[in-house]
Amino acid sequence: MTTKGKVTGITSNLVTIEVDGPVAQNEICLIDLEGVKLMAEVIKVTGKNAFVQVYESTRGLKTGDKAEFQGYMLEATLGPGILSSNYDGLQNNLSTMKGVFLERGEYTSPLDTEKQWDFTPIAKEGDIVSAADWLGEVKEGWLPHKIMVPFSFKGKYTVKSVASAGQYRINDTIAVVTDDSGDDHNITMVQKWPVKVAITAYKEKPRPYRVMETGVRIIDTLNPIAEGGTGFIPGPFGCGKTVLQHAIAKQGEADVIIMAACGERANEVVEIFTEFPELVDPRTGRKLMERTTIICNTSNMPVAAREASVYTAMTIGEYYRAMGLKVLLLADSTSRWAQALREMSNRMEELPGADAFPVDLPAIISNFYARAGIVTLNNGKTGSVTFIGTVSPAGGNLKEPVTESTKKAARCFYALSQNRADRKRYPAVDPIDSYSKYLEYPEIIEYLQKRVESGWVDKVNKAKNIIKQGKESFEQINILGDDGVPMEYHERYWKSELIDFIILQQDAFDDIDASTPMERQEFMLTKVLEICDRKFDFDGFEECNAYFKEIINIMRQMNYSEFNSDKFKGYLEQLNNKINQQ
Amino acid sequence: MTNKAFQRIYTQLEAITKATVSLKAQGVSNDELATVAGRLAQVVKIKGDLITLQVFSGTDGIATDAEVIFFGEPPALNVSDELSGRFFNAYGEPIDNGPKVEGERRYIGGPSVNPYKRRQPSQLIPTGIAGIDLNNTLVSGQKIPFFADPDQPYNQVMASVALRADVDKIILGGMGLSNDDYLYFKQMFENAGALDKIISFVNTTDQPPVERLLIPDMALTAAEYFAVDKNQKVLVLLTDMTLYADALCIVSNRMDQIPSKDSMPGSLYSDLAKIYEKAVQLPDGGSITIIAVTTLNNGDITHAIPDNTGYITEGQLYLRTDTDTGKVIIDPFRSLSRLKQLVIGKQTREDHSQVMNTGVRLYADAANAKTKLENGFDLSDYDMRCLNYAKDYSNRLLAIDVNIKIEEMLDTAWELFAKHFKKAELGIKQELVDKYWKGND
Repeated sequence: MTTKGKVTGITSNLVTIEVDGPVAQNEICLIDLEGVKLMAEVIKVTGKNAFVQVYESTRGLKTGDKAEFQGYMLEATLGPGILSSNYDGLQNNLSTMKGVFLERGEYTSPLDTEKQWDFTPIAKEGDIVSAADWLGEVKEGWLPHKIMVPFSFKGKYTVKSVASAGQYRINDTIAVVTDDSGDDHNITMVQKWPVKVAITAYKEKPRPYRVMETGVRIIDTLNPIAEGGTGFIPGPFGCGKTVLQHAIAKQGEADVIIMAACGERANEVVEIFTEFPELVDPRTGRKLMERTTIICNTSNMPVAAREASVYTAMTIGEYYRAMGLKVLLLADSTSRWAQALREMSNRMEELPGADAFPVDLPAIISNFYARAGIVTLNNGKTGSVTFIGTVSPAGGNLKEPVTESTKKAARCFYALSQNRADRKRYPAVDPIDSYSKYLEYPEIIEYLQKRVESGWVDKVNKAKNIIKQGKESFEQINILGDDGVPMEYHERYWKSELIDFIILQQDAFDDIDASTPMERQEFMLTKVLEICDRKFDFDGFEECNAYFKEIINIMRQMNYSEFNSDKFKGYLEQLNNKINQQ
Repeated sequence: MTNKAFQRIYTQLEAITKATVSLKAQGVSNDELATVAGRLAQVVKIKGDLITLQVFSGTDGIATDAEVIFFGEPPALNVSDELSGRFFNAYGEPIDNGPKVEGERRYIGGPSVNPYKRRQPSQLIPTGIAGIDLNNTLVSGQKIPFFADPDQPYNQVMASVALRADVDKIILGGMGLSNDDYLYFKQMFENAGALDKIISFVNTTDQPPVERLLIPDMALTAAEYFAVDKNQKVLVLLTDMTLYADALCIVSNRMDQIPSKDSMPGSLYSDLAKIYEKAVQLPDGGSITIIAVTTLNNGDITHAIPDNTGYITEGQLYLRTDTDTGKVIIDPFRSLSRLKQLVIGKQTREDHSQVMNTGVRLYADAANAKTKLENGFDLSDYDMRCLNYAKDYSNRLLAIDVNIKIEEMLDTAWELFAKHFKKAELGIKQELVDKYWKGND
């Protein structure tokens, strides 16, 4: 017997429904608007009144309109076929929708139920299994997509039968398992999971101990992000947030990329739709789109579904993590999600916190970031969800609630600076304000010593120090004038400029410079530091400027040439001559 | 608004504020229109049988026994080819003494385009203004505002951009236009002989501010008709969006909403995005391009209105008066067109991107030299040349009174490079320098 109700109040997309039975917090209900079903979620209950946020426009809704409660929370549908799909925030497939416009009440299936998948069994009859254990796999593109015991199964089960290798559709039974009391359960390739609940069907969640490489030097070299780690990119508009995020999506060392476009521009999503099917992932040689899923709730789509979109994206990420894959989840931008929370809180007439945001905003954000992580699965293999969110601080001011709350939750901070963007120093990540807490993790330091070279982290810290000193010198030069400071100030400043131009700045639109492998980053940083270590003896600041400008020019040409090619070596020789001249 | 059979009429108001009235009524639907004492109003809140209506023209003089008539439908516009060449008020009623427009009745503020059905914008819109075409190229399907202080001639610039653009329809949404500016637009359009491709929805400063809230949706409903149904290229001009946001602020305030930054409603971002995101390149060739105006207070772009706008739009064009030349220029530092990469060097000459970057970089060097000068430091020969270059650059390229083709802009830039600099100081790719350099060196 499902609970029913009727509409008694409407304020924009907040609707009050008088109910005739039990309702659960976050339960989904469908409101009937002249035959069109509008999906909504319960966000508050007082007495007989359920307050629901409607995921669609409520235009034309009347008091007395009927609602039916569904008995489940907002769920993601998990199964093969998610990769390279384009979903909205509620996981409706955008590419199978009919019209040019998004009509309300049009819900499409996230997965293709007719497609045949090539199934190979993994588990055997008699195996004892529990939630998230692998029963078999299908090839999704080039990735092995594991078919698992549903996450909602509690306790131990015995495998009664597993389908033999062959072609199956997602709703076909591929295994039967028996529980403690002897009841059989049919398992298909598809399962559902409530998006706001973290999937915890793994053995343990250790501290992150590996680095996820992005090919972006200012991240990998200066402030690396751990596999399974969290980071965020705050920045005013026009500072290159989206370009940086797209670069990470293209080059990130991950098996699966999930991009949640949350309340941002539709044309940015169109760019991904247009470019990703053409771009090739250099590590696998496959098209980027094959490993990418887009969850898009652009700024003009219903506000309530913005919140849903980030949770849907995270749930899909956790699903692929349970297959032992490396997932990179990008959300642009979490500020829009926070604003959606603010709009609802305001309509519910809750007492506001700072800047009218709900008071539990920090808790919501840190809960969400906590779902990322590297995990050890029941079978001993590892999987990870690395999460990077962007934040759009109001007025470019980092002292606002969303940025501050996120700073407490995320371990890497990539602050985009207006000043660097104005001077066209891209990516405009501020080298002094930004940090990676992972550089303090002994596990990560040890990993980097092995992965790159021993003493690597010391080198990185040294480079950071030179940048700081350079900034101080620059300020002194500006105050006292070129002639008013000792020569060392100029030298110190230009050494930091060398690091800035060669390591920090990177041309995201150049085929070669866009992505720098770790070996190359190591080589370039070592070379740059070698120059920084030298004591020079210039006659005047003009000579110093000219000398470093030349060095920078040669090394930039190196950045634009293929690593270790003849062209590259030619510039290297030119560089060495230049250094030895002095 | 026509009278219909079975209209529900009420005559007992429960509450009146400056912008809203509340009454008890049955069977009312959300967003529906009504008249209160003959003034147009819209349902904004329903609580049991208590209905709150936003009265667009304000509630001055409305009595508690005012007659309220519900229409049973949200605001709508009749769309057809008859819209062309006409002037309307915020309710879509003619203000040019012409006949009522017949056509299909469409509710304004309709659904969004499925992002998957969009196409990547790819068609350059030339304006003749080098500060735009050379440095911040516009593309059809783009949405971009002018950021300008109230004393800048933004409406004039926008009108000339519109008339030079190669589009099928120009739709003007005027919010809080001064009567003078309204007449200016009207005259510009008439003089250009372009009236038949222009449609205007106008709310002037002497009309109630809350009415403005209808203007963008009216203009964009008309735009969608021509772009989606007729596959036409439509340019929508919205001026001034700051006054639109101020009207939002008034309404949310009257409805006791908790204000967020700069006393703006917390939903400002979504409200603005709903308008700007109507800009689209459609698969069948139609497009909607939006050029808007956001007036600033003393150039402050951290205020909630320009700030939220900047996060939504695809760049901004920043007007400022150049003190060296006394001319109004498109500021090359703060202005940005996010979509320019899609067309420059592809639909324009191969040297476009490098010339653009070099031109701006040298202008930045001039700005540094100026700071040095102001701080009393000696200027080098290079600094001096930069300063001279900046004056020429501002006069001949950045000024908004420039009207030349993109090729000429590039040639002008090369000419200025040769006049003030040496080849090696440009940092432009050698093969391009060999081809386009206009000096002897």
